[in-house]
Amino acid sequence: MDSAPIWVLAEPAEGAFTTTSLELVSHARTLSSEVAAVTWGAGGQFAALAGEYGATTLYDVGDLGGALPGVPVAAAIAGLVERGGAPRAVLIPASYDGRDVAGRLSARLDRPVLTNATGLVDDGGLVTEHPVFGGSLLVRARFSAEGPGIVVVRAKSFAAEPSGGAPATVVTAPPGELGATNAATIAAHHVEGRTGPQLEEAAVVVSGGRGLGEVGAYAMIEELAGLLHGAAGASRAIVDAGWVPYSRQVGQTGKTVKPTVYLACGISGATQHMVGMKGSKNIVAVNKDPDAPIFQIADLGIVGDVHKVLPALIERLKAR
Amino acid sequence: MDIVVCVKQIPDPAAPQSFDGSNNLDRSGKLILDEADTYGVEMALQLVDAAGGGEVSVVSMGSATDVAGVRSALAMGAARATVVSDESLRGSDALTTAKVLAAAIARHPFDLVLAATESSDGYTGTMPVQLAELLGLASITFAKSVAVEGSTLRVQRQTELGYDEVTAPLPALVSVTAGVVEPRYASFKGIMAAKSKPLDVLGVADLGLAGPVGAAGAREAVVAIDAAEARQAGEKHVDEGDGAERIVAFLESIKVL
Repeated sequence: MDSAPIWVLAEPAEGAFTTTSLELVSHARTLSSEVAAVTWGAGGQFAALAGEYGATTLYDVGDLGGALPGVPVAAAIAGLVERGGAPRAVLIPASYDGRDVAGRLSARLDRPVLTNATGLVDDGGLVTEHPVFGGSLLVRARFSAEGPGIVVVRAKSFAAEPSGGAPATVVTAPPGELGATNAATIAAHHVEGRTGPQLEEAAVVVSGGRGLGEVGAYAMIEELAGLLHGAAGASRAIVDAGWVPYSRQVGQTGKTVKPTVYLACGISGATQHMVGMKGSKNIVAVNKDPDAPIFQIADLGIVGDVHKVLPALIERLKAR
Repeated sequence: MDIVVCVKQIPDPAAPQSFDGSNNLDRSGKLILDEADTYGVEMALQLVDAAGGGEVSVVSMGSATDVAGVRSALAMGAARATVVSDESLRGSDALTTAKVLAAAIARHPFDLVLAATESSDGYTGTMPVQLAELLGLASITFAKSVAVEGSTLRVQRQTELGYDEVTAPLPALVSVTAGVVEPRYASFKGIMAAKSKPLDVLGVADLGLAGPVGAAGAREAVVAIDAAEARQAGEKHVDEGDGAERIVAFLESIKVL
């Protein structure tokens, strides 16, 4: 195994690291014996968590003073690299803030970034895997110049597995002077309500799309999700139409889900939706268009009207 | 208020996609304005209207022989366009694209730069933030609402849990989602007017860029392209009143029920 370090952006969320961050720390252990996590906020309190998943060092950027993380966190990482500690690669979760950090870091260091990776192996050098054209092709790529290369990795590409390691050594990594680039400030957070399990964690996900016809029909999706103890999701089309909040969106720019079963209702199966759910163990699709691409990946496809099939399904589930 | 919108001409996403001999996306067919960019153009037009004056310009890197896509942004109402086109740019990665656009944008004063969160063909999604860093600008990505009050930008930015209210002073860069505004359709008058609006074509030499561009400047290489493990389609039934029953039976078979 290579001893050149791998760094992982470990995003803090609700008193822990995001699941994707832990997936990347776990996977980094298979690529290097030296894994460091980079975090911010109250970073020091995560030394045990970082160590438990295999990081030996935890770089703490500290409090961001309400700034969006992209600029200060990228500056802190760039500072560490410029002071001589260059890792082999920096792995970054494909989240809103992660993508900001990746772009800023790439431009600051003048280093390339490979995005939407779903795999990363060591094959005489790091090789990334990227599904393209709706997942029909897999592109393998590598960095061809001086590192560190920056890799943005999609959620659920790897398993999050504790290694039982000792708490990581915390090293403070302040961002330094930032100037005008750091002027974007968070004035308020708005959390959109939900009942039931989180979309990414749910064993059953019921999603609705444009085929529902109108916003009121989404109530059927929520009712079904409730009856199946699952979470309600949505395609980008109805999120953009303002029917449901962004936090429900499954797909390229939304959440990646891998439930035991995914029920796609009135969703045709656009590429950008499929990449967010095709890893589901089982897929059931209901759509009135027999040629909808979603049927190509569905284990059970029902060619029919969601306004007939879903009410009948709700009745049957209620009667159980 | 002067706003620059980054736009991209892409192969029609509804047509089958393929790679060319250099493992780049085949762009030899007809190109159209990326639908994802129409939201930024519309947002810019509305913000300039609200500010009571100013100009919307669009900037693009790519073909200068087929500029129908850029003209559609002009037909929506943008005042002028700059297209950076150069054979040497073929195969450019996202960072090189950002360097090229930064150099083109920096030639004129501006208050705000808008871009889509990601293009609909490459999906890289890092270019806007790279561009902001190169231009020395603050950035707010994934905007679902944008307003300008005086010289302050107010943006609702998507988050995993909902959204954040984020502010920044101008000048700045904002990447907008498809939910930010409803793009207008170009009117016949707009389409006719677009034909005579200024469209400057620049080459790499006009921008004074340091370092190689295009495939020579890209620092990523494709190792292989293979068919992905296909997920097999299962059963498909036309609903004859038994659809719900079949779903229940399936859920029982996988022990979800």
